[in-house]
Amino acid sequence: MKAREREELPSHQTRDEQWTLIIRPQRGWLDLRLDQLWRYRDLVMLFVWRDFVAQYKQTILGPLWHIIQPLLTTLTFTVIFGRVAQLPTDGLPQFLFYMAGTVIWSYFAACATTTSDTFIANAGIFGKVYFPRLVMPISVLLSKLISFAIQFGIFLALLLLFAVRGAPVRPNAWVLLTPILLLIMAGLGLGFGIIVSALTTRYRDLRFLVAFGVQLLMYATPVIYPLSAIPDRYRILIGANPMAPVIESFRFAYLGTGTVSMGHLFYSFGFMALLLFVGLLLFTRVERTFMDTV
Amino acid sequence: MSTVISVENVSKAYRLGLIGGGTLHEDLTRWWARVRGRPDPFLKIGQKDHGNRDGETVWALRDVSFEVKQGEVLGIIGRNGAGKSTLLKILSQVTAPTTGQIKVKGRIASLLEVGTGFHPELTGRENIFLNGAILGMTKREIERKLDEIIAFAEVERYIDTPVKRYSSGMYVRLAFAVAAHLDPEILIVDEVLAVGDAAFQKKCLGKMGDVARGGRTVLFVSHNMAAVSALCSRGLVLDAGHVTLDASTDEAIRHYTDLRSELTVIALDQRLDRSGDGRIRFTAAWVEDANGNRAHTVASGQDICIAASYRAHGDAVRGSLVIAFSLKGPLGERISNLRADVAGFSWAQPPRVGEVRCRIPRLPLQPGRYAINAYAEINGCLADWVQDAGTLDVEAGDFFGTGRLPSRHTGALLIDQEWTLRSGAASAVCSNDSVRKASLT
Repeated sequence: MKAREREELPSHQTRDEQWTLIIRPQRGWLDLRLDQLWRYRDLVMLFVWRDFVAQYKQTILGPLWHIIQPLLTTLTFTVIFGRVAQLPTDGLPQFLFYMAGTVIWSYFAACATTTSDTFIANAGIFGKVYFPRLVMPISVLLSKLISFAIQFGIFLALLLLFAVRGAPVRPNAWVLLTPILLLIMAGLGLGFGIIVSALTTRYRDLRFLVAFGVQLLMYATPVIYPLSAIPDRYRILIGANPMAPVIESFRFAYLGTGTVSMGHLFYSFGFMALLLFVGLLLFTRVERTFMDTV
Repeated sequence: MSTVISVENVSKAYRLGLIGGGTLHEDLTRWWARVRGRPDPFLKIGQKDHGNRDGETVWALRDVSFEVKQGEVLGIIGRNGAGKSTLLKILSQVTAPTTGQIKVKGRIASLLEVGTGFHPELTGRENIFLNGAILGMTKREIERKLDEIIAFAEVERYIDTPVKRYSSGMYVRLAFAVAAHLDPEILIVDEVLAVGDAAFQKKCLGKMGDVARGGRTVLFVSHNMAAVSALCSRGLVLDAGHVTLDASTDEAIRHYTDLRSELTVIALDQRLDRSGDGRIRFTAAWVEDANGNRAHTVASGQDICIAASYRAHGDAVRGSLVIAFSLKGPLGERISNLRADVAGFSWAQPPRVGEVRCRIPRLPLQPGRYAINAYAEINGCLADWVQDAGTLDVEAGDFFGTGRLPSRHTGALLIDQEWTLRSGAASAVCSNDSVRKASLT
């Protein structure tokens, strides 16, 4: 389908009439209009705030749910994978090991699954008003970051507790890479999410695949096991998963064990950049006409 | 006056085949059929498969061009499906045109539907910020106008209550208030005036007038011809995706009314703009006078019949049939719905082909041209619904037996009435035996 054009004409272009907006069918593939997004930054922040405030209205525990969810997941993992299945944890306290994995993974999973629903979940509002559609997935990244921060805080508190009681944990200088790790995860989640969201406008089947696929992906990522526990010949397969270096690096930074290298991280970063770029191309293609197919 | 919107040869096509899709499986099957040269297995029976893309294309707009000058209030009118909403969607950038271009000078704000993005759990104040930002305001702008918006919406007391506790009237008032304070150079309004109480509607019309007087431009889409004629300085009539008239408001409304009645020239059973499952179809609709003769015009106060013939699809109609005729006035306003089941009539074993008549004693309508919508349901399911199935032309008649009728502009209905007047205090209770009847019939 053809698409629309919206462009600000440069002010030096003097004609007898100055149009501020031209709506046209076509627009270049690379015309992503990220500047538009900046103009709508207030809206991004308001959506973030709305998600946070509205999410837990009329719940008794409210924001406490941010804490309960990862704690219960960690507990379940500790019991099932640690106690029952007795998977190795690189010699770390099982609870801390699983919590590090869960906290990190749930940020990526939440970003990917929520942004992948962008067009369908917001069809009502998108059908009535124009604003850069990317506002939605970006506000999702930020609002999930809030719950990540809360969970991360709990993780740090527990880490301190364990360290004081003499557990073999050694946080190190890799901690400084945390923002980079977050950036890679957010980029991967967003890239994956918007690619799927662009495709779901045509193929609803993908919606069912996403939640399920993200869960499967977790098992292909060293969340519940350390990369060191994987035999060498399979390690390259797991290593191809761009989330694997992120989780291993995070664990190495805060707990002191893990299989990491800068090369792996560069690979993840490159993968993220490519995925995000493809995602943006697809997303901006679809956003102009998706109302006709939804 | 400079031109602020220039629409140049805009067309919009919807490709039916693509909309029908939705699962990967269907698309793959369709693609596989095409590869083997077979017809599309998902085309419905009766749809033509032309073997080219045109077969799947519906033009919602075709070569639409017009210009709007600064400060104009342009009314866009047309029947359902004429392309009004598509035009507005393109203008507000919700969807893109297929060909052509639109040039705009200044910020556009559209009220395609008020209250977009309202979150029921958030308070009125919080929703003002959210909705304002969605419509393109910055936080600073909203803060500056917050008091004005709250005052305009008349919800001061409830501004910190979640909007899910609001009455629908309050909700709409708040939503409109936010949109009305956008201060755009160009405002697009679609049917918002259908909501809210009369006083608030008046306020909204006033606000739109202010906007226009402030040198800004308004595009107004409505079925309410009364509002269009009160507000607009120019009218644009759309029909089947084309602009058929671009003229003064009065001319445009007249043209639109004629257009509506032109439809009745097409035989009713040939009409495609109908809904329902088709178990029965109306084949004709007409009006009869007191003697049972078909009548072009009838008079207020006469006994008349509205009649329609139908034919069932297949052998017989199974189930109970309900017919309704609803009447629309000359300005598109709804007059009344004559529903057989509500009035106590329904038919359990209707014949396969039949004629149904609804007798209206002493027609209580003012002179004018009314449209009749025909509606049929079987066992509670819509079987056929045709808008403007027939017209009812009414001329002045002696409804009250006084030879007089009130002015046409005061309302379409004539109601039997009895008046009393007695001396004494205003609060005196009226008792039956003291009523002096002034029977007018």
